Amino acid sequence: MQSDSIDVRYVARLARIALTDEEVDRFSEQLGDLLHHVDALSELDTNIVAATAQVVESRNVTRSDERRPSLDRETVLEQAPRRQGNFFRVPRIIAE
Amino acid sequence: MGDFSIERGAADIARAVTAGSVSAADVVEAILSRVDAVDDAVGAYLTPLHDLARRTAANVDARIRTGERLPLAGVPLAVKDNMCLTGTRTTAGSKILEHWVAPYTATAVARLLHAGCVPIGKANLDEFAMGSSCENSALGVTRNPYDLVRVPGGSSGGSAAAVAALEATIALGSDTGGSIREPAAFCNLVGFKPTYGRVSRYGLIAFASSLDQIGPLTRSVEDAALTYDAMAGFDTMDATSVDREVEPSATALREDLRGLRIGLVRQFDTKLLGPEVDAAYRKAYDDLAACGAEIVEVSLPTADYGLATYYLIAPAECSSNLSRFDGVRYGLRVEAKDVQAMYEETRAAGFGPEVKRRILIGTHALSSGFYDAYYVRAQKARTLIARDFDKAFAGCDLIACPAASSPAFAFNAKSDPYSMYMMDYYTIPMSLAGLPALSVPCGWVTPPGGSVPMPLGLQLCAPQFAEPLLLGAAHAYERTTGHATQHSARVEAVSP
Repeated sequence: MQSDSIDVRYVARLARIALTDEEVDRFSEQLGDLLHHVDALSELDTNIVAATAQVVESRNVTRSDERRPSLDRETVLEQAPRRQGNFFRVPRIIAE
Repeated sequence: MGDFSIERGAADIARAVTAGSVSAADVVEAILSRVDAVDDAVGAYLTPLHDLARRTAANVDARIRTGERLPLAGVPLAVKDNMCLTGTRTTAGSKILEHWVAPYTATAVARLLHAGCVPIGKANLDEFAMGSSCENSALGVTRNPYDLVRVPGGSSGGSAAAVAALEATIALGSDTGGSIREPAAFCNLVGFKPTYGRVSRYGLIAFASSLDQIGPLTRSVEDAALTYDAMAGFDTMDATSVDREVEPSATALREDLRGLRIGLVRQFDTKLLGPEVDAAYRKAYDDLAACGAEIVEVSLPTADYGLATYYLIAPAECSSNLSRFDGVRYGLRVEAKDVQAMYEETRAAGFGPEVKRRILIGTHALSSGFYDAYYVRAQKARTLIARDFDKAFAGCDLIACPAASSPAFAFNAKSDPYSMYMMDYYTIPMSLAGLPALSVPCGWVTPPGGSVPMPLGLQLCAPQFAEPLLLGAAHAYERTTGHATQHSARVEAVSP
């Protein structure tokens, strides 16, 4: 399996979480320790084993494409950190 | 105002309210008085719901007067605060949802309200249900009603403390790797995790979707069965809920264990838990035999890999589920110079350390170059663990083992994350296999440095969908041994 190290700065960037230097150091140590523990899985012979994603029988669920009642728009928008009219307001994404 | 005893169980309350010998309003006033008296000390609730409780109780009384039959009429309910209830603050114990008001109600909650339950409050939890002590809540401290210097367990710690301190009669919890069973063991309760998919997860704030399951925490097996019967079953709003008939459990309670084979797991050596705890579990196994069960040995050779498997799969799913908290549609937003910085600063300020750790390890396990070595390998290990249970259940009807690695510990006793994870060593394998399992009180030990006896929980586990058998057997054990009634919670001593 992999080594017990984790590039915490890189992973935090992927996960969209800003970390302080102190957090980077602490999480590197703690998560390296955890990875050391999970490396035990390499002792198992899993070559001919299927992966389990779901433990009870599951099937595809579909429904007809029809309008149904949904949450009230105003109730939902009231929870928005910022809104403008009937829209969620977000920071500028495309530069001018 | 009737003189209602808050120690009464759900079955008893429902009968009395249905018969008209006590009103739901009287029941709820008595419970709310208890909350007012002790919750400053216990801290079970993040959001008590006095007004909603009174309105709901009045409505239950009106429904009874019109002749409606309600299996849980007037039963006071604590709801873990990762389940939605329309119009109430629903925080998941996180700063990122500290002020979020749910616009809809979780199916499990809705079904219990339909059955006559009265919501008393939203109960504290480890942030996003990640933890085993409730110490990871960003919004409050919950104490163990049996010894206030100790944790109530987690992540459903507020739910457990509420029921143990008589601030509710029953509670809803959620269990991903042990989050119902471990706090139940710590607080002298019955804590029941049904088969994966038996109870709808609609309206449960997701942590690890292939593992999360809602279940009850109660002071008796009978109450757990009644609660389960009222909420189990298929729900079109949860695509993973199982479309299969639910056999009632409350009518399957047994008085003995004759004809049942109960398996003890060869690999689970309770001597490792110390002489007092070891002796308590040996006594519990002897009691199962005394109730008429045939005790056999079973083998779960891969169960020891459960923790490693879980701490890849659960964080991987968590990192995906929690990506929705981005500061755009609901919850906290920290304004920043651009959208990328807004995401990063919002999530930095909104999530606590344990949630960050799990998102990071999950993101790592799913990232390019590591996916096969970590995530896929863990899913394969999960297959092996589930197969071990299949083989074990060829030789027994139920499996018995500890529900937690120790009795309730003191605050700040588990500063190293992995030592906290070890608390769920015995509950995680069942979660990975999707099996129904519960914790039932099985004895008392005074922990090193402790001043009072603390409860221990016996875990019983059944094959998928064998809930009636599991609850029926737990009822026989509970009735025969009577451990839960040996000591009372001590919150009286500190109430104002």
